[in-house]
Amino acid sequence: MSQVDPPMEKSQNSNDILLRSRRFRTEREQDWKTLEQLLKRAEGGRLRNLSDEEILLLPRVYRSALSALSVARTTSLDHELVEYLEALCSRAYFYIYGARTSLADKLGRFFATDWSHAVMSLWRETVASALFMALGVLAAFILVSHDPDWYYSIMPGDLAGMRTPAASTESLEATLYDSGNGGLAVFASSLFTHNAQIAIFAFALGFAFCLPTILLMTYNGAIIGAFLALYASRGLGFELGGWLLIHGVTELFAIILAGAAGIRIGWSLVFAGDLPRLQSMTLAGRVSGQVVAGVVVMLLIAGLLEGFGRQLITDDLVRYGIAAFSGLLWLFYFYRRLPASQEQVAKR
Amino acid sequence: MSAQRSIMLTKHFRLLTTPEGVDLKLKLAETGQRAAAFMIDFLIMIGTLIVFTLACIFAIKPFSNEASNEVIMIIWLLGAFLLRNFYFTGFEMGPRAATPGKRIMGLRVINRSGDRLTAESVFARNAMREIEIFVPLSFAFPRPGIDGWISLAGLCWGLVFLLMPLFNKDRLRAGDLIAGTWVIRSPKLTLKKDLAAQGEAQLSAGLSFSREELNVYGERELHVLRRVIDGENTQDRRKVAMQIRTKINRGRDSGYTDRDFLVAYYAALRQHLEGRMVMGRRRRDKHHDGKPDPNDI
Repeated sequence: MSQVDPPMEKSQNSNDILLRSRRFRTEREQDWKTLEQLLKRAEGGRLRNLSDEEILLLPRVYRSALSALSVARTTSLDHELVEYLEALCSRAYFYIYGARTSLADKLGRFFATDWSHAVMSLWRETVASALFMALGVLAAFILVSHDPDWYYSIMPGDLAGMRTPAASTESLEATLYDSGNGGLAVFASSLFTHNAQIAIFAFALGFAFCLPTILLMTYNGAIIGAFLALYASRGLGFELGGWLLIHGVTELFAIILAGAAGIRIGWSLVFAGDLPRLQSMTLAGRVSGQVVAGVVVMLLIAGLLEGFGRQLITDDLVRYGIAAFSGLLWLFYFYRRLPASQEQVAKR
Repeated sequence: MSAQRSIMLTKHFRLLTTPEGVDLKLKLAETGQRAAAFMIDFLIMIGTLIVFTLACIFAIKPFSNEASNEVIMIIWLLGAFLLRNFYFTGFEMGPRAATPGKRIMGLRVINRSGDRLTAESVFARNAMREIEIFVPLSFAFPRPGIDGWISLAGLCWGLVFLLMPLFNKDRLRAGDLIAGTWVIRSPKLTLKKDLAAQGEAQLSAGLSFSREELNVYGERELHVLRRVIDGENTQDRRKVAMQIRTKINRGRDSGYTDRDFLVAYYAALRQHLEGRMVMGRRRRDKHHDGKPDPNDI
């Protein structure tokens, strides 16, 4: 007998009890109390405090409580008892059948396979999302090239800062190579938190039938397009490319993926396909949830590249080199050949 | 098992069959409980943010360009970001699958399929809070430069998501919908002493009831009786005791209080009805004739 299982208190010989349901309860009660205690300690994250013996005891007392519940339902009119067992058994069920992999294991699996699988399965949405962004770039580029006044309507004031069509070419050029005066790390983390918030938002907006996500993607593209048009008109297009892409490959890729996740959600809502709508949404939600969780990590890397890399590296070719390298790295990571995921195996 | 079956069939219960083959009866959380849980969490978040911000402000050395100030700024930025986006996710990934607010309200998150709750589900359901909470919130406080009507339209749009749990039978919010989750009641109950034990003591001390005297009531009355005995109100007990005595044509036995009488009757009635129950002849309430009910399973 284990330490949590004190000898049964038999104040009354169970044969003296008139009511069968009470006799039943008196005989089993100790198991339930044991289960309750074990759960309380285990749920508190102190599974390590349970001895081996107690870990083995847990499923046993769980099954005992479960069978008591089904007996009590058909033989006992003790309402409180049935309710108590009902609550106790569900608590135990969720604990015993719940996942108890450690956080490190979860993260390991996520970065090794799950994330890439999720991104790969969203490839159509990724292409669509990228096209919408490209559309925004193109439209804004054409508009601003024809009439620089468009620049002011496209660009949010706080983002433009000094970079307006009114600024001189020299000062525009300076913004591309300004290494800033300290505070790089703060800059990097504020960029990261800002972008990550937008990515999560783009994902959530997909729920409104993906239209707001598409608009957000296009608008994000338009801002880049307006920038490009402005700098290109001064002959600084190549230099701006380096300035943008050193971190932009990672950052834009991340934002495109977040958009793709949003589009998948909205799409599953409108076109459920062969599955019941609720089920189709749940499938979409889980796969795009994985994608967006990873996007947050991508944006952290992008923030570091933007905050440190861009400000410290001012050579255009090196900037382009880092951009190309990071792009290839992401493409390889996401679209490399992986062993089939569990769902794919299940489908076959 | 008509009594339980009838509760299960009411719209706020869901059945989950365990691998052991037993149906667990899960009660969906009420919208009010979930709102309360959210308010508690929201207050905790705000409180944490205030304390955290104050701590950062005190830690900063003013009028200096020291690197330590920069570190504090970064800690603040990342801390606020984590708090906003991972407070809910972090707690719901734990073994209780509940935030402090949900725990206080006795709620937890589960996977609708009954399988284990995955991390991506938890992440997805909480990422949706962006449009459920922060969209209506940002439109609720009109900012300069945004037209009042646009704010109003935005607010209405945001409210559609916020109020969604009120408009579907599973009380799903947008996040539950895409994550495939339910929020259920998961209270911690303690087992009180069985009332029948006291009743049995009275019965063996001499009080007794005949079959006819027990045949006047059914299971529903038994449950009401239990509530009255457990209740605080002595007046109610007196009234109910009077009613039962009248019904079974019995005078006031001297030497027994109302409570003793009721407790004894409770035990006797329960024994009687449980006897019928195991024979497959349940009696739901006093109007039920006791014939087997086709709905009984």
